[in-house]
Amino acid sequence: MQAFEYANPKTLQEALGLLGSSWGEADVLAGGTDLLGLMKEYIHTPKRVVNIKGIKELGGIEKTSAGVRIGATVTVAELLSSGLIKSQFPALIQAAQGIASMQIRNMGSIGGDLCQRPRCWYFRSGYGLLAMKDGKSLVANGENRYHAIFGRAPAYFVSASSFGPALIALGAKVKLASQSGTRELPVAEFFVAPATEDDREIALKPNEILTEILVPAETTRNATYEVRQKEALDWPLATASVALKMDGGKVRSAEIVMGHVGPTPVRAPKAARSLTGKTINETVAEKAAATAVKGARPLSQNAYKVQLAKAAVKRALLRAVS
Amino acid sequence: MRSPKESQVRKLPESGVSRRGFLQGVSLGGGALGAAVLERPAEAAQSGVVGPGEVSITLWVNGKEHELRVEPRVTLLDALRDRLGLTGAKRVCDRGTCGACTVLVEGKAVYACTTLAIDAQGKNIQTIEGMTRGSELHPVMKAFVNNDAQQCGFCTPGFVVAAKAFIDEHPNPTEEDVMNGLGGNLCRCGTYIGIRKAVVEAAKAMGGRNA
Repeated sequence: MQAFEYANPKTLQEALGLLGSSWGEADVLAGGTDLLGLMKEYIHTPKRVVNIKGIKELGGIEKTSAGVRIGATVTVAELLSSGLIKSQFPALIQAAQGIASMQIRNMGSIGGDLCQRPRCWYFRSGYGLLAMKDGKSLVANGENRYHAIFGRAPAYFVSASSFGPALIALGAKVKLASQSGTRELPVAEFFVAPATEDDREIALKPNEILTEILVPAETTRNATYEVRQKEALDWPLATASVALKMDGGKVRSAEIVMGHVGPTPVRAPKAARSLTGKTINETVAEKAAATAVKGARPLSQNAYKVQLAKAAVKRALLRAVS
Repeated sequence: MRSPKESQVRKLPESGVSRRGFLQGVSLGGGALGAAVLERPAEAAQSGVVGPGEVSITLWVNGKEHELRVEPRVTLLDALRDRLGLTGAKRVCDRGTCGACTVLVEGKAVYACTTLAIDAQGKNIQTIEGMTRGSELHPVMKAFVNNDAQQCGFCTPGFVVAAKAFIDEHPNPTEEDVMNGLGGNLCRCGTYIGIRKAVVEAAKAMGGRNA
Protein backbone atom coordinates (compact mmCIF):
# COMPACT_ATOMS: atom_id res chain seq x y z
CA MET A 1 0.00 0.00 0.00
CA GLN A 2 1.01 3.60 -0.49
CA ALA A 3 2.68 5.29 2.48
CA PHE A 4 0.48 7.57 4.55
CA GLU A 5 0.48 9.79 7.60
CA TYR A 6 -1.24 8.29 10.61
CA ALA A 7 -3.18 10.16 13.25
CA ASN A 8 -4.61 8.82 16.46
CA PRO A 9 -6.90 11.58 17.79
CA LYS A 10 -8.59 11.25 21.16
CA THR A 11 -11.50 13.62 20.53
CA LEU A 12 -14.00 13.96 17.72
CA GLN A 13 -13.11 17.63 17.19
CA GLU A 14 -9.46 16.71 16.81
CA ALA A 15 -10.35 13.97 14.31
CA LEU A 16 -12.58 16.26 12.24
CA GLY A 17 -9.75 18.77 11.99
CA LEU A 18 -7.55 16.09 10.43
CA LEU A 19 -9.90 15.28 7.54
CA GLY A 20 -9.59 16.68 4.03
CA SER A 21 -12.04 18.65 1.93
CA SER A 22 -11.99 16.17 -0.95
CA TRP A 23 -11.85 12.39 -1.22
CA GLY A 24 -8.37 10.93 -1.38
CA GLU A 25 -6.86 13.28 1.18
CA ALA A 26 -7.77 11.36 4.30
CA ASP A 27 -9.50 8.08 5.14
CA VAL A 28 -11.09 7.20 8.45
CA LEU A 29 -9.87 3.97 10.07
CA ALA A 30 -12.06 1.99 12.44
CA GLY A 31 -11.92 -1.83 12.14
CA GLY A 32 -9.89 -1.51 8.95
CA THR A 33 -11.36 -4.70 7.49
CA ASP A 34 -12.37 -2.88 4.30
CA LEU A 35 -9.92 0.06 4.29
CA LEU A 36 -6.73 -2.00 4.49
CA GLY A 37 -7.82 -4.16 1.55
CA LEU A 38 -8.69 -1.05 -0.47
CA MET A 39 -5.28 0.46 0.29
CA LYS A 40 -3.41 -2.74 -0.53
CA GLU A 41 -5.09 -2.76 -3.95
CA TYR A 42 -4.38 0.98 -4.43
CA ILE A 43 -8.12 1.61 -4.81
CA HIS A 44 -7.73 4.04 -1.91
CA THR A 45 -4.43 5.91 -1.63
CA PRO A 46 -5.07 8.38 1.19
CA LYS A 47 -2.36 10.81 2.22
CA ARG A 48 -3.54 10.46 5.79
CA VAL A 49 -5.30 7.79 7.81
CA VAL A 50 -7.24 8.94 10.87
CA ASN A 51 -7.83 6.21 13.46
CA ILE A 52 -11.08 6.89 15.30
CA LYS A 53 -11.01 3.89 17.66
CA GLY A 54 -9.37 5.98 20.37
CA ILE A 55 -12.33 8.38 20.51
CA LYS A 56 -14.44 7.24 23.46
CA GLU A 57 -17.62 9.08 22.47
CA LEU A 58 -17.84 7.06 19.24
CA GLY A 59 -18.32 3.78 21.13
CA GLY A 60 -21.01 2.26 23.30
CA ILE A 61 -24.61 1.12 22.96
CA GLU A 62 -27.10 3.02 25.13
CA LYS A 63 -30.79 3.39 25.67
CA THR A 64 -32.00 6.94 25.07
CA SER A 65 -35.40 8.55 25.39
CA ALA A 66 -35.91 8.14 21.65
CA GLY A 67 -34.62 4.59 21.29
CA VAL A 68 -31.15 3.09 21.14
CA ARG A 69 -27.92 4.86 20.28
CA ILE A 70 -25.17 2.73 18.73
CA GLY A 71 -21.71 4.32 18.52
CA ALA A 72 -20.09 4.06 15.09
CA THR A 73 -17.04 2.15 16.36
CA VAL A 74 -19.11 -0.55 18.11
CA THR A 75 -17.85 -3.84 16.69
CA VAL A 76 -20.12 -6.47 15.20
CA ALA A 77 -19.15 -8.78 18.09
CA GLU A 78 -20.11 -6.11 20.65
CA LEU A 79 -23.45 -5.62 18.92
CA LEU A 80 -24.07 -9.39 18.97
CA SER A 81 -23.49 -9.54 22.73
CA SER A 82 -25.73 -6.56 23.55
CA GLY A 83 -28.83 -7.54 25.51
CA LEU A 84 -30.49 -4.30 24.47
CA ILE A 85 -30.10 -5.11 20.77
CA LYS A 86 -31.02 -8.78 21.22
CA SER A 87 -34.27 -7.97 23.00
CA GLN A 88 -35.54 -5.37 20.53
CA PHE A 89 -33.81 -5.74 17.20
CA PRO A 90 -33.43 -9.35 16.03
CA ALA A 91 -33.15 -7.91 12.49
CA LEU A 92 -29.78 -6.40 13.48
CA ILE A 93 -28.63 -9.55 15.28
CA GLN A 94 -29.52 -11.73 12.28
CA ALA A 95 -27.68 -9.34 9.96
CA ALA A 96 -24.63 -9.37 12.26
CA GLN A 97 -24.56 -13.17 12.49
CA GLY A 98 -24.08 -13.40 8.75
CA ILE A 99 -21.02 -11.15 8.70
CA ALA A 100 -17.94 -12.89 7.32
CA SER A 101 -16.12 -14.54 10.24
CA MET A 102 -15.25 -14.43 13.94
CA GLN A 103 -12.18 -12.32 13.18
CA ILE A 104 -14.11 -9.83 11.02
CA ARG A 105 -16.88 -9.62 13.64
CA ASN A 106 -14.23 -8.86 16.29
CA MET A 107 -12.64 -6.14 14.15
CA GLY A 108 -15.32 -4.62 11.95
CA SER A 109 -17.57 -1.81 13.20
CA ILE A 110 -21.19 -0.96 12.48
CA GLY A 111 -20.16 2.45 11.11
CA GLY A 112 -17.66 0.72 8.87
CA ASP A 113 -20.32 -1.67 7.63
CA LEU A 114 -22.38 1.31 6.44
CA CYS A 115 -19.36 3.07 4.89
CA GLN A 116 -17.68 0.04 3.27
CA ARG A 117 -17.10 0.28 -0.45
CA PRO A 118 -18.90 -2.01 -2.92
CA ARG A 119 -17.51 -5.48 -3.62
CA CYS A 120 -18.07 -5.12 -7.40
CA TRP A 121 -15.07 -6.86 -8.94
CA TYR A 122 -14.66 -4.17 -11.59
CA PHE A 123 -14.45 -1.53 -8.85
CA ARG A 124 -12.06 -3.67 -6.81
CA SER A 125 -9.90 -4.20 -9.90
CA GLY A 126 -9.48 -0.48 -10.47
CA TYR A 127 -12.08 0.22 -13.16
CA GLY A 128 -13.84 2.79 -10.99
CA LEU A 129 -17.12 2.77 -9.09
CA LEU A 130 -19.21 2.81 -12.26
CA ALA A 131 -16.81 0.66 -14.29
CA MET A 132 -17.26 2.63 -17.51
CA LYS A 133 -15.02 2.20 -20.51
CA ASP A 134 -15.45 4.18 -23.74
CA GLY A 135 -18.84 5.36 -22.51
CA LYS A 136 -20.10 1.83 -21.92
CA SER A 137 -20.68 -0.06 -18.68
CA LEU A 138 -18.31 -2.99 -18.29
CA VAL A 139 -20.85 -4.50 -15.88
CA ALA A 140 -23.90 -4.41 -18.12
CA ASN A 141 -21.87 -5.94 -20.93
CA GLY A 142 -19.67 -8.20 -18.85
CA GLU A 143 -19.46 -10.47 -15.82
CA ASN A 144 -22.46 -9.44 -13.77
CA ARG A 145 -23.74 -12.48 -11.93
CA TYR A 146 -23.35 -10.87 -8.51
CA HIS A 147 -24.48 -7.41 -9.57
CA ALA A 148 -27.68 -5.40 -9.21
CA ILE A 149 -31.12 -6.55 -10.26
CA PHE A 150 -32.52 -3.16 -9.30
CA GLY A 151 -29.71 -1.19 -10.92
CA ARG A 152 -30.18 1.73 -13.28
CA ALA A 153 -27.48 3.07 -15.55
CA PRO A 154 -24.82 3.96 -14.68
CA ALA A 155 -24.73 2.19 -11.24
CA TYR A 156 -24.91 -1.60 -11.31
CA PHE A 157 -22.84 -2.53 -8.25
CA VAL A 158 -24.65 -3.68 -5.12
CA SER A 159 -24.45 -1.98 -1.74
CA ALA A 160 -22.31 -4.26 0.44
CA SER A 161 -23.76 -3.16 3.77
CA SER A 162 -25.20 -5.88 6.00
CA PHE A 163 -26.83 -3.51 8.49
CA GLY A 164 -28.18 -0.98 5.97
CA PRO A 165 -31.39 -2.83 5.04
CA ALA A 166 -32.20 -3.68 8.68
CA LEU A 167 -31.56 -0.11 9.86
CA ILE A 168 -33.76 1.30 7.10
CA ALA A 169 -36.55 -1.15 7.97
CA LEU A 170 -36.28 -0.06 11.61
CA GLY A 171 -36.45 3.63 10.65
CA ALA A 172 -32.95 4.41 11.98
CA LYS A 173 -30.93 7.57 11.43
CA VAL A 174 -27.20 8.22 11.22
CA LYS A 175 -25.48 11.18 12.77
CA LEU A 176 -22.76 12.79 10.63
CA ALA A 177 -20.34 15.27 12.19
CA SER A 178 -18.12 17.86 10.54
CA GLN A 179 -16.27 20.87 11.89
CA SER A 180 -19.28 23.04 11.10
CA GLY A 181 -21.69 20.90 13.11
CA THR A 182 -23.69 17.69 12.96
CA ARG A 183 -26.54 16.53 10.79
CA GLU A 184 -28.93 13.62 11.11
CA LEU A 185 -30.00 11.65 8.11
CA PRO A 186 -32.41 8.70 7.76
CA VAL A 187 -30.30 5.64 6.87
CA ALA A 188 -32.54 5.36 3.79
CA GLU A 189 -31.05 8.66 2.56
CA PHE A 190 -27.50 7.79 3.58
CA PHE A 191 -27.20 5.38 0.66
CA VAL A 192 -27.28 7.02 -2.77
CA ALA A 193 -26.90 5.70 -6.31
CA PRO A 194 -24.00 7.66 -7.79
CA ALA A 195 -24.58 9.44 -11.08
CA THR A 196 -20.94 10.13 -11.94
CA GLU A 197 -17.57 8.57 -11.24
CA ASP A 198 -16.76 11.41 -8.81
CA ASP A 199 -19.75 10.59 -6.59
CA ARG A 200 -19.80 8.18 -3.70
CA GLU A 201 -22.42 5.58 -2.89
CA ILE A 202 -23.07 7.17 0.51
CA ALA A 203 -24.08 10.71 1.52
CA LEU A 204 -21.06 11.12 3.81
CA LYS A 205 -18.82 14.01 2.77
CA PRO A 206 -15.02 13.83 2.86
CA ASN A 207 -14.90 16.20 5.85
CA GLU A 208 -17.46 14.21 7.86
CA ILE A 209 -17.37 11.28 10.26
CA LEU A 210 -20.32 8.98 10.87
CA THR A 211 -20.51 9.16 14.67
CA GLU A 212 -23.57 7.18 15.70
CA ILE A 213 -26.69 5.34 14.68
CA LEU A 214 -30.02 6.09 16.29
CA VAL A 215 -32.63 3.35 16.20
CA PRO A 216 -36.14 4.48 17.25
CA ALA A 217 -37.80 2.72 20.15
CA GLU A 218 -41.02 1.74 18.36
CA THR A 219 -42.01 -1.84 19.04
CA THR A 220 -41.88 -3.93 15.90
CA ARG A 221 -41.63 -7.55 14.94
CA ASN A 222 -38.47 -7.44 12.87
CA ALA A 223 -36.19 -9.90 11.13
CA THR A 224 -33.47 -10.29 8.52
CA TYR A 225 -33.01 -13.24 6.18
CA GLU A 226 -29.90 -13.73 4.07
CA VAL A 227 -29.43 -15.98 1.06
CA ARG A 228 -25.78 -16.78 0.56
CA GLN A 229 -23.60 -19.07 -1.48
CA LYS A 230 -21.00 -19.56 1.26
CA GLU A 231 -21.76 -19.70 4.96
CA ALA A 232 -18.67 -17.71 5.88
CA LEU A 233 -16.15 -15.25 4.47
CA ASP A 234 -18.46 -13.82 1.87
CA TRP A 235 -21.23 -11.31 1.34
CA PRO A 236 -24.78 -12.52 0.80
CA LEU A 237 -26.34 -12.83 -2.67
CA ALA A 238 -29.63 -11.32 -1.54
CA THR A 239 -31.12 -10.33 1.81
CA ALA A 240 -34.30 -8.87 3.17
CA SER A 241 -35.04 -7.06 6.40
CA VAL A 242 -38.57 -6.39 7.56
CA ALA A 243 -40.13 -4.47 10.44
CA LEU A 244 -43.83 -4.90 11.23
CA LYS A 245 -45.90 -2.73 13.51
CA MET A 246 -48.67 -4.96 14.78
CA ASP A 247 -52.20 -4.61 16.13
CA GLY A 248 -52.54 -7.93 17.87
CA GLY A 249 -52.00 -10.54 15.18
CA LYS A 250 -52.54 -8.12 12.30
CA VAL A 251 -50.08 -5.84 10.55
CA ARG A 252 -50.72 -2.13 11.14
CA SER A 253 -47.86 -1.01 8.92
CA ALA A 254 -44.77 -2.64 7.46
CA GLU A 255 -41.39 -1.83 6.01
CA ILE A 256 -39.58 -4.23 3.66
CA VAL A 257 -36.00 -3.55 2.50
CA MET A 258 -33.89 -5.77 0.26
CA GLY A 259 -30.11 -5.86 0.38
CA HIS A 260 -27.38 -6.80 -2.13
CA VAL A 261 -29.74 -6.34 -5.05
CA GLY A 262 -29.09 -2.70 -5.94
CA PRO A 263 -26.55 0.13 -5.55
CA THR A 264 -28.46 1.08 -2.40
CA PRO A 265 -30.66 -1.05 -0.15
CA VAL A 266 -33.97 -1.32 -2.03
CA ARG A 267 -37.26 -0.54 -0.29
CA ALA A 268 -40.43 -2.30 -1.37
CA PRO A 269 -43.19 0.12 -0.31
CA LYS A 270 -45.95 -1.44 -2.42
CA ALA A 271 -45.29 -4.90 -1.02
CA ALA A 272 -45.16 -3.41 2.49
CA ARG A 273 -48.51 -1.62 2.03
CA SER A 274 -50.09 -4.83 0.79
CA LEU A 275 -49.59 -6.32 4.26
CA THR A 276 -51.71 -3.72 6.08
CA GLY A 277 -54.51 -5.33 8.05
CA LYS A 278 -53.32 -8.83 7.26
CA THR A 279 -52.11 -11.72 9.35
CA ILE A 280 -48.74 -12.94 8.05
CA ASN A 281 -48.83 -16.51 6.83
CA GLU A 282 -47.09 -18.40 4.06
CA THR A 283 -49.52 -17.25 1.32
CA VAL A 284 -49.53 -13.60 2.39
CA ALA A 285 -45.73 -13.57 2.68
CA GLU A 286 -45.31 -15.21 -0.71
CA LYS A 287 -47.60 -12.67 -2.36
CA ALA A 288 -45.82 -9.71 -0.77
CA ALA A 289 -42.45 -11.16 -1.81
CA ALA A 290 -43.63 -11.44 -5.42
CA THR A 291 -44.73 -7.80 -5.32
CA ALA A 292 -41.38 -6.76 -3.82
CA VAL A 293 -39.37 -8.07 -6.78
CA LYS A 294 -41.82 -6.97 -9.48
CA GLY A 295 -39.70 -4.03 -10.60
CA ALA A 296 -36.48 -6.04 -10.87
CA ARG A 297 -34.50 -5.66 -14.08
CA PRO A 298 -31.84 -8.34 -13.99
CA LEU A 299 -28.69 -8.18 -16.10
CA SER A 300 -27.51 -10.88 -18.51
CA GLN A 301 -26.23 -13.27 -15.83
CA ASN A 302 -28.17 -12.57 -12.65
CA ALA A 303 -31.86 -13.34 -13.20
CA TYR A 304 -31.45 -16.03 -10.52
CA LYS A 305 -31.10 -13.24 -7.93
CA VAL A 306 -34.74 -12.23 -8.47
CA GLN A 307 -35.87 -15.56 -7.06
CA LEU A 308 -33.33 -15.32 -4.21
CA ALA A 309 -34.55 -11.83 -3.26
CA LYS A 310 -38.13 -13.04 -3.36
CA ALA A 311 -37.30 -15.98 -1.09
CA ALA A 312 -35.43 -13.65 1.28
CA VAL A 313 -38.47 -11.35 1.61
CA LYS A 314 -40.86 -14.24 2.20
CA ARG A 315 -38.61 -15.88 4.79
CA ALA A 316 -37.85 -12.61 6.58
CA LEU A 317 -41.61 -11.96 6.93
CA LEU A 318 -42.25 -15.44 8.27
CA ARG A 319 -39.26 -15.19 10.60
CA ALA A 320 -40.51 -11.85 11.97
CA VAL A 321 -43.79 -13.37 13.13
CA SER A 322 -42.44 -16.76 14.21
CA MET B 1 6.04 -15.47 31.97
CA ARG B 2 8.66 -12.77 31.70
CA SER B 3 8.08 -9.29 32.89
CA PRO B 4 6.46 -7.10 30.25
CA LYS B 5 9.07 -4.48 31.12
CA GLU B 6 11.79 -6.56 29.58
CA SER B 7 12.66 -4.65 26.47
CA GLN B 8 13.82 -6.55 23.44
CA VAL B 9 14.85 -4.83 20.27
CA ARG B 10 14.01 -6.76 17.10
CA LYS B 11 14.18 -9.97 18.98
CA LEU B 12 14.90 -13.09 16.98
CA PRO B 13 13.43 -16.50 17.84
CA GLU B 14 15.01 -17.83 21.00
CA SER B 15 15.99 -21.17 19.55
CA GLY B 16 17.99 -19.54 16.78
CA VAL B 17 17.18 -22.45 14.51
CA SER B 18 13.83 -21.42 13.06
CA ARG B 19 13.39 -22.11 9.38
CA ARG B 20 13.28 -18.37 8.73
CA GLY B 21 16.46 -17.76 10.73
CA PHE B 22 18.21 -20.55 8.89
CA LEU B 23 17.23 -19.17 5.48
CA GLN B 24 18.35 -15.69 6.44
CA GLY B 25 21.57 -17.12 7.78
CA VAL B 26 22.50 -18.89 4.60
CA SER B 27 21.38 -16.31 2.11
CA LEU B 28 21.94 -12.91 3.67
CA GLY B 29 24.24 -13.56 6.54
CA GLY B 30 21.64 -11.92 8.75
CA GLY B 31 23.74 -8.77 8.80
CA ALA B 32 21.00 -6.25 8.22
CA LEU B 33 19.05 -7.43 11.20
CA GLY B 34 21.40 -6.05 13.77
CA ALA B 35 21.36 -2.59 12.29
CA ALA B 36 18.36 -1.18 14.12
CA VAL B 37 19.20 1.68 16.38
CA LEU B 38 16.31 3.12 18.28
CA GLU B 39 16.41 6.78 19.03
CA ARG B 40 13.58 7.36 21.42
CA PRO B 41 11.15 4.61 22.30
CA ALA B 42 7.42 4.99 21.97
CA GLU B 43 7.23 8.58 20.84
CA ALA B 44 4.73 7.45 18.25
CA ALA B 45 1.15 8.04 17.60
CA GLN B 46 -0.53 8.73 20.86
CA SER B 47 -2.06 11.74 19.17
CA GLY B 48 -0.96 14.14 16.49
CA VAL B 49 0.16 13.04 13.08
CA VAL B 50 3.12 10.73 12.42
CA GLY B 51 4.68 9.25 9.32
CA PRO B 52 4.64 8.55 6.45
CA GLY B 53 8.25 7.68 7.30
CA GLU B 54 9.32 5.27 10.05
CA VAL B 55 7.99 5.81 13.53
CA SER B 56 9.06 4.23 16.80
CA ILE B 57 6.35 2.00 18.17
CA THR B 58 6.08 -0.39 21.08
CA LEU B 59 4.32 -3.73 20.76
CA TRP B 60 3.56 -6.02 23.66
CA VAL B 61 3.72 -9.54 22.25
CA ASN B 62 3.43 -12.74 24.30
CA GLY B 63 4.12 -10.82 27.48
CA LYS B 64 7.25 -9.07 26.16
CA GLU B 65 7.70 -5.49 25.15
CA HIS B 66 9.26 -4.88 21.75
CA GLU B 67 10.38 -1.54 20.42
CA LEU B 68 10.70 -1.17 16.69
CA ARG B 69 10.56 1.39 13.91
CA VAL B 70 7.93 0.93 11.22
CA GLU B 71 6.14 3.03 8.66
CA PRO B 72 2.46 3.49 9.57
CA ARG B 73 1.53 1.33 6.58
CA VAL B 74 3.24 -1.79 7.99
CA THR B 75 0.72 -4.40 9.07
CA LEU B 76 0.91 -6.17 12.41
CA LEU B 77 1.55 -9.39 10.51
CA ASP B 78 4.58 -8.02 8.67
CA ALA B 79 5.91 -6.48 11.89
CA LEU B 80 5.60 -9.80 13.73
CA ARG B 81 7.13 -11.86 10.94
CA ASP B 82 9.73 -9.59 9.42
CA ARG B 83 10.80 -7.48 12.40
CA LEU B 84 10.24 -9.68 15.44
CA GLY B 85 10.96 -13.05 13.83
CA LEU B 86 7.63 -14.46 15.00
CA THR B 87 6.82 -16.38 11.84
CA GLY B 88 4.06 -18.60 13.24
CA ALA B 89 1.31 -16.34 11.90
CA LYS B 90 1.36 -16.89 8.15
CA ARG B 91 0.98 -14.45 5.28
CA VAL B 92 -1.30 -16.20 2.80
CA CYS B 93 -4.14 -14.13 1.31
CA ASP B 94 -3.05 -10.89 3.02
CA ARG B 95 -6.65 -9.68 2.60
CA GLY B 96 -8.42 -10.78 5.78
CA THR B 97 -9.99 -13.77 4.13
CA CYS B 98 -8.07 -16.98 4.94
CA GLY B 99 -7.28 -16.81 8.66
CA ALA B 100 -3.65 -18.02 8.42
CA CYS B 101 -2.46 -14.81 10.10
CA THR B 102 -4.84 -15.05 13.07
CA VAL B 103 -3.46 -13.66 16.34
CA LEU B 104 -5.14 -12.59 19.56
CA VAL B 105 -5.42 -8.91 20.42
CA GLU B 106 -6.78 -8.42 23.94
CA GLY B 107 -7.86 -12.06 23.80
CA LYS B 108 -9.92 -11.65 20.62
CA ALA B 109 -9.02 -13.38 17.36
CA VAL B 110 -8.15 -10.88 14.63
CA TYR B 111 -6.48 -10.95 11.24
CA ALA B 112 -2.96 -9.57 11.72
CA CYS B 113 -2.72 -8.87 7.97
CA THR B 114 -5.61 -6.43 8.26
CA THR B 115 -4.38 -4.66 11.40
CA LEU B 116 -1.81 -1.87 11.28
CA ALA B 117 1.15 -2.48 13.61
CA ILE B 118 0.95 1.13 14.80
CA ASP B 119 -2.70 0.53 15.70
CA ALA B 120 -1.82 -2.49 17.87
CA GLN B 121 0.26 -0.47 20.33
CA GLY B 122 -0.62 -0.72 23.98
CA LYS B 123 -2.56 -3.91 23.42
CA ASN B 124 -1.90 -7.42 24.64
CA ILE B 125 -0.93 -9.36 21.50
CA GLN B 126 -0.66 -13.14 21.64
CA THR B 127 0.69 -15.29 18.82
CA ILE B 128 1.00 -19.04 18.35
CA GLU B 129 4.53 -18.77 19.79
CA GLY B 130 3.03 -17.58 23.08
CA MET B 131 0.70 -20.56 23.45
CA THR B 132 3.27 -23.13 24.59
CA ARG B 133 4.61 -23.16 28.11
CA GLY B 134 8.22 -24.25 27.70
CA SER B 135 8.00 -27.53 25.82
CA GLU B 136 4.43 -28.13 27.00
CA LEU B 137 1.95 -27.93 24.13
CA HIS B 138 -1.32 -26.07 24.56
CA PRO B 139 -4.36 -28.41 24.81
CA VAL B 140 -5.54 -27.19 21.38
CA MET B 141 -2.17 -28.15 19.87
CA LYS B 142 -2.27 -31.58 21.51
CA ALA B 143 -5.77 -32.16 20.17
CA PHE B 144 -4.65 -31.17 16.64
CA VAL B 145 -1.88 -33.79 16.87
CA ASN B 146 -4.23 -36.45 18.27
CA ASN B 147 -6.80 -35.91 15.52
CA ASP B 148 -4.45 -35.56 12.59
CA ALA B 149 -5.95 -32.10 12.09
CA GLN B 150 -3.40 -30.92 9.57
CA GLN B 151 -1.85 -32.03 6.33
CA CYS B 152 0.64 -29.52 4.94
CA GLY B 153 0.30 -27.53 8.17
CA PHE B 154 0.51 -24.06 6.70
CA CYS B 155 -2.94 -22.98 7.93
CA THR B 156 -2.47 -24.74 11.28
CA PRO B 157 -1.07 -21.88 13.43
CA GLY B 158 -3.99 -19.65 12.38
CA PHE B 159 -6.47 -22.42 13.09
CA VAL B 160 -4.94 -23.19 16.50
CA VAL B 161 -5.04 -19.54 17.59
CA ALA B 162 -8.59 -19.09 16.23
CA ALA B 163 -9.66 -22.33 17.96
CA LYS B 164 -8.29 -21.12 21.30
CA ALA B 165 -10.22 -17.85 20.98
CA PHE B 166 -13.33 -19.75 19.92
CA ILE B 167 -13.13 -22.19 22.88
CA ASP B 168 -12.59 -19.29 25.29
CA GLU B 169 -16.00 -17.99 24.23
CA HIS B 170 -17.69 -21.35 23.59
CA PRO B 171 -16.36 -23.77 26.21
CA ASN B 172 -18.60 -26.69 25.20
CA PRO B 173 -18.97 -26.59 21.42
CA THR B 174 -20.44 -29.21 19.11
CA GLU B 175 -18.75 -30.01 15.82
CA GLU B 176 -21.41 -27.90 14.09
CA ASP B 177 -20.61 -24.95 16.39
CA VAL B 178 -16.95 -25.35 15.43
CA MET B 179 -17.82 -25.38 11.74
CA ASN B 180 -19.68 -22.07 12.09
CA GLY B 181 -17.27 -20.55 14.60
CA LEU B 182 -14.09 -21.21 12.64
CA GLY B 183 -15.56 -20.17 9.30
CA GLY B 184 -12.92 -17.43 9.16
CA ASN B 185 -10.09 -19.89 8.57
CA LEU B 186 -9.45 -21.85 5.41
CA CYS B 187 -7.55 -25.13 4.88
CA ARG B 188 -6.78 -25.91 1.26
CA CYS B 189 -5.83 -29.50 2.17
CA GLY B 190 -9.38 -29.93 3.46
CA THR B 191 -8.59 -31.23 6.94
CA TYR B 192 -11.78 -29.74 8.38
CA ILE B 193 -13.09 -33.06 9.74
CA GLY B 194 -9.99 -33.53 11.87
CA ILE B 195 -10.01 -29.89 12.93
CA ARG B 196 -13.63 -30.05 14.12
CA LYS B 197 -12.88 -33.18 16.16
CA ALA B 198 -9.72 -31.61 17.55
CA VAL B 199 -11.48 -28.45 18.70
CA VAL B 200 -14.26 -30.42 20.43
CA GLU B 201 -11.62 -32.62 22.12
CA ALA B 202 -9.54 -29.61 23.16
CA ALA B 203 -12.61 -27.91 24.65
CA LYS B 204 -13.31 -31.03 26.71
CA ALA B 205 -9.66 -31.25 27.81
CA MET B 206 -9.80 -27.62 28.87
CA GLY B 207 -12.91 -28.44 30.89
CA GLY B 208 -14.73 -25.22 30.18
CA ARG B 209 -11.81 -23.17 31.44
CA ASN B 210 -10.02 -20.44 29.56
CA ALA B 211 -6.42 -21.42 28.99
